[in-house]
Amino acid sequence: MNLIQEALLVAGKDLRIEARSRVTTQQVLPFGLIVLLLFAFALDPDRGVLSRVAPGLFWVAVLLGTLLSIGRAFAIEAENGALDGLRLSGLDGSALFLGKAGAVAVQLVALEVLLTAGVVVLFNVGLGGIAPLVLATIAATVGLAAVGTLYGVLSAGLRVRETLLPVLLLPVVAPVLLGASRAWEAAIDGASGDAWPWVALLGIFAVLFTGIGMLVFGPLLEES
Amino acid sequence: MTLLNPRVSRILGWAALAALAVLAVFGLWVAPPDRVQSDAQRLMYLHVPSAWIAYLAFGITAMASALYLWRRTRSPVWDRLAASSAELGVLFTGLTLVLGSLWGRPVWGVWWAWDARLVTTAVLFFLYVGYLALRRVPAPIEARAKRSAIAALVAFADVPIVHFSVDWWRTLHQQATVFTPSLNAHIHGVMAFTLWWGVVAFTILFVYLLDRRYRLEALEEDLEARELTLAIEERVQGAGLTAPPEHVEVGARG
Repeated sequence: MNLIQEALLVAGKDLRIEARSRVTTQQVLPFGLIVLLLFAFALDPDRGVLSRVAPGLFWVAVLLGTLLSIGRAFAIEAENGALDGLRLSGLDGSALFLGKAGAVAVQLVALEVLLTAGVVVLFNVGLGGIAPLVLATIAATVGLAAVGTLYGVLSAGLRVRETLLPVLLLPVVAPVLLGASRAWEAAIDGASGDAWPWVALLGIFAVLFTGIGMLVFGPLLEES
Repeated sequence: MTLLNPRVSRILGWAALAALAVLAVFGLWVAPPDRVQSDAQRLMYLHVPSAWIAYLAFGITAMASALYLWRRTRSPVWDRLAASSAELGVLFTGLTLVLGSLWGRPVWGVWWAWDARLVTTAVLFFLYVGYLALRRVPAPIEARAKRSAIAALVAFADVPIVHFSVDWWRTLHQQATVFTPSLNAHIHGVMAFTLWWGVVAFTILFVYLLDRRYRLEALEEDLEARELTLAIEERVQGAGLTAPPEHVEVGARG
């Protein structure tokens, strides 16, 4: 099996578990929508504040969803000694990383599609330039999934995992929140030209951390 | 067990104290007040050296972590050095932020401004707070060392990205005065000397603290190992299992 096939195998396993357990569809996705509702309560919906700050709110909701997805991705490995199974599977560390991160990315895309519908309907946002919007979202999602998976395995098996993960992950993904929010703002305002530098930054982030993740996932898995 | 010879360390401690005393005299009395900012500008003599030490400390952490991960140079020395340096880095980053905030209040009129360098420094602070939190999690020393080294390098790789993203986002901070090509061209001679003296004094202090913190880290590891040995001995005796030979002799005599 080559790298891609192995990665697909791992991603398929994770997505199959999600399809059967429905944790993503019944817990993570509704959570995202609840966050959008809370933003409307916190900020006055009548004065157009929501539609102006919608990109930032959208990405904050995605970040919170990422924390849940990553926690979930490694919680399913904690039961029944599944982590030992992964270690003994003989699959390449890079492939394991790509598989786990890929499954997280697919779930994040589902969350983002739902949240996009949410901000369009609830916050009255019109989507302008679709191309930068979609590319920024893809790059940001890959970056989030990659760093998330990296820190997920770093804190896997630790008793303080739930509290440690946000402290480790959120500062590192600060540039993703910044870049993706600015890219969305520019795209929604119809100023696509302003969005491209941010898309490039998000792309660099995604490539850098996918590379680091592929390098170190194997050694980290052995230690945890 | 230590980085430096204990005597060297003691001399460094006194030297740091003396250098800081000289810095206080120069910073508070000898250097003239700034024409625009008057006395508030004197905070620069602490703020800039703290920032320099923070960068130096995180640089050392990254280097030591890389040396730990590279199999040929792997040694617990690098792990302890990375831990000690990161802790001091967080301390001095925090100090930089607090001093900057105190300086910003009279000069900018606000405690905090969403300026590029401030935001980058704040993110840097939290990146390494996370690193220290990870280090605090109990684990076998080698597993912890490897995990921490990787986390340190990931954080370090993130720093330039944070820097550029925040820089694009907004910039208001006063431009660099000292580290420009025409060195010291923009500030008064005594002020320049005081600033450089501050950097020297803080560097001596940093080396001294780094050595002390390293020693503490080594002692902690040693204590942990001893406690484990003691606990095993107690368990062996409590269960009435075959104890080590010398204990058997004592028991027989009693």
